[in-house]
Amino acid sequence: MSELTYVKAVNEAMARAMRADERVFVLGEDVAEGGPYTTTAGLAEEFGTERVINTPISEGAITGVAIGAAQSGMRPILEIMFIDFITLALDQVANQAAKAHLMSGGQLTVPLVLRTQGGAGYRSGAQHSQSMEAWLTHIPGLKVLMPSRASDAAGLLASAVADPNPVVFVENKTLYFKKGEVADEPVPIPIGEATVLRDGSDVTIVALSRLVDDALTAAERLSAEGTEAEVIDPRTLVPLDLDTIVESVKRTNRLVVAHEAVEHGGFGAEIVAEVQAAAFDHLDAPIERVGAPFTPIPVSPPLEDAYLPGADEIYAAVRKLVS
Amino acid sequence: MWRIRHFEERVGRLKRGDEVHGLIHLSVGQEGVAAAVCGQLRDDDPVYSGHRAHGHAIAKGAPLDGVMAELMGRDRGICRGMGGSMHLVDRAHGFMGATGVVGGNIPMALGSALAARLQGSDAVAVVFFGDGAVQAGHFNESVNLATLWELPMVFVCENNGFAEFTPRSAHTKVERVSDVVAPYELERATVDGNDVGAVHSGFAGFLAAARRGSGPFLLECLTHRLRGHYEGDPAKYREAISKAEWQEKDPILRLQRRGVEEGWFDDSQAAAIEQEAVEAVEAAVEFGRASGFPAVGLAEELTYAS
Repeated sequence: MSELTYVKAVNEAMARAMRADERVFVLGEDVAEGGPYTTTAGLAEEFGTERVINTPISEGAITGVAIGAAQSGMRPILEIMFIDFITLALDQVANQAAKAHLMSGGQLTVPLVLRTQGGAGYRSGAQHSQSMEAWLTHIPGLKVLMPSRASDAAGLLASAVADPNPVVFVENKTLYFKKGEVADEPVPIPIGEATVLRDGSDVTIVALSRLVDDALTAAERLSAEGTEAEVIDPRTLVPLDLDTIVESVKRTNRLVVAHEAVEHGGFGAEIVAEVQAAAFDHLDAPIERVGAPFTPIPVSPPLEDAYLPGADEIYAAVRKLVS
Repeated sequence: MWRIRHFEERVGRLKRGDEVHGLIHLSVGQEGVAAAVCGQLRDDDPVYSGHRAHGHAIAKGAPLDGVMAELMGRDRGICRGMGGSMHLVDRAHGFMGATGVVGGNIPMALGSALAARLQGSDAVAVVFFGDGAVQAGHFNESVNLATLWELPMVFVCENNGFAEFTPRSAHTKVERVSDVVAPYELERATVDGNDVGAVHSGFAGFLAAARRGSGPFLLECLTHRLRGHYEGDPAKYREAISKAEWQEKDPILRLQRRGVEEGWFDDSQAAAIEQEAVEAVEAAVEFGRASGFPAVGLAEELTYAS
């Protein structure tokens, strides 16, 4: 075990995958230089620029390149520098990668990992801060991962590279330099398994990505007041580990779903719908959602701070349920 | 070429009888490009195409039976009825995929070319597209990237002068696709796409060079789409070519005339080749009709690979 930043855990997971399998290569804008957050730092030095390939700023084409290489026997890890830019690649992601296996009657597989990062908090404005995972969870054929801990990022990235399907791996820029315990030889974590980070009997909080830490903070505050919250990180959105969430809700009878993305049409709505269908009789109160308001993300610091959901909003949502 | 011609004409009739499904885009008149290019390729040379792809798939080796059954949505279709006319794939023959989104196929061909290089193979990737795709962002991004990385591939543009319903002149000021890519300084040529010999020799040079690892290349084939954009298109936007003019331009008849003149075959041998194609197409129709539809659960089964 050693203490690693999230970004280092991602970086080392890529290096391990490249050492283990020569079909694995990395491509994206500025990846040979390490990128703006050092996610790919050092990879070009170890593996050369034949396998760590800088690309022009052509998100559509480079995504197509990754898909073509994947269906021709390679295992590309494509970096889209900001999730906001995935809009330019959506034809390739949604129409090509996600559908190739079905449309070919199973002849083609696209073992592609598309790494990207989202999240606000750096005053970067509405085009460099979004949480767009729900756009991707709506596309059959994609798997969507969104780990919040360094150790989960390492274990899930290993599974993503080994998966025969296109996997979108959504990181969060504000998590990059947070440290966590990571095994020296991380064990792959199965795609589609949630993790329970805190046990509790009074309410279940399902939180995604950056809001997992906020959920744990809120849970400590609630605990001091006598309310014990169970905190679950699904880690994978598609396929979703509904069983772990439903099993928890059947014990706590209350649920709060929290994510940084816009609440309206967010992935939380899907979790809410699934849980109410599976555990309606166990619910003692309507399910609460925590998410961002239905506006683009402002730059002005007090406005961005007000925009971002966090521990206070999760706490307030729980209080509403248990009061 | 007769196999493609008769296959597509038969598909046109089947469409009117609702036996083949969805939007059907026929390449009748353009067969010379598919045959002259794909005829020179190996099974491990990856080929991508667009929505007008039947000819490319058949020329690359896809079986008529499986393609016909696919258009009919049957379980024994080459993609088990899941892809249909615009999304044909025949992995075994290196036909890596048609795509219904204009231009969306182009960058994937670069990926297959890159894979060939990384794997140490001398396979050459080929992508077919129409002149309508040239105005798409994917084309321009891809030409830039392929030249920058010097990928072993050939861009093959079938310039039939019409992007869907609209003449090229209404979409761009640049008449020739080979001029669009001029600043990238890739080797390129514009040939008469209805002259099978011209396409063959133009492509042969590029293929040989790409096989040695250089590239990319662009071959623009000027051709004519005899039918509408899709089956059912009344094609009011242009005047139909006269029968006499088409007799002169038809790539199959032209090659046949030349073959007889040069003594490669005589009229009766040519007729026998055509007759063989007609029979193969009828057998494909029977194959398709005899195949059942896939089980409803197949879509769920094939959404993810395991």
